[in-house]
Amino acid sequence: MDEVMVLTYDVPPDDFTRAGEASSDVKSKLKMLGASPAAVRKVAIAMYEGEINMVIHAHGGKITVEISPQSIKMVLADVGPGIPDIDLAMKAGYSTAPDEVRSLGFGAGMGLPNMKKYSDEMKIETEIGVGTTITMLVNM
Amino acid sequence: MTVRDARDILGARVLVGEEYLDQEVRSACGSDMMSDVLAFSKDHSILLTGLCNPQVIRTAEMLDIVCIIFVRGKKPDATILEMAKARDLVVLETGHRMFSACGMLYKAGLNGGAI
Repeated sequence: MDEVMVLTYDVPPDDFTRAGEASSDVKSKLKMLGASPAAVRKVAIAMYEGEINMVIHAHGGKITVEISPQSIKMVLADVGPGIPDIDLAMKAGYSTAPDEVRSLGFGAGMGLPNMKKYSDEMKIETEIGVGTTITMLVNM
Repeated sequence: MTVRDARDILGARVLVGEEYLDQEVRSACGSDMMSDVLAFSKDHSILLTGLCNPQVIRTAEMLDIVCIIFVRGKKPDATILEMAKARDLVVLETGHRMFSACGMLYKAGLNGGAI
């Protein structure tokens, strides 16, 4: 695995049943490429949380994953409502997810904190009414 | 213990994955919130839940969980079972409630893992 492999995914809007398909695909590709189990686990959890967030809050979006021998870079871009207060959103337990999402097993306010916990670097760019792009890096 | 032991202790029904019952399991977590499972699960091999939707399977997949136990007699539909089958998961179903099911497995030696 000498070169950079680039994978792109469309996350369909409001389709909760399919949420996680992209993460699932990335996980199996990383395993096939022989990435360390620790890195695979970190990428799987961080990306899955992000993917779920895109479906819950932003009507889907696009995910680009770059796999190199050194690292895995995930860019999750949506054209959703944006995050008004990033510090608040990063607080464990804080959630703006509606009750129906909670009844589906999500919305405990652990999404963004979890994404930070499982990635080695995370950057959030957001603008109200324009969208949010989250970039996460996991070292191999 | 093995997944088979867990099945016997709970008197659970095997819905999918009969061929993987001899896998060794050391720790388990129980929750209806997948967010919390993703946040707090560390090397757990069993997930007990009363939540019944495809994201339970995906959560298990991301965390390398080998066995899902649906408690309170929750019955996953065909789509969920197909997803589990494709991922080589064992799916069990028990009529016991969450507290009892967790307690029975804990008493038999399964632990909750590190904090």
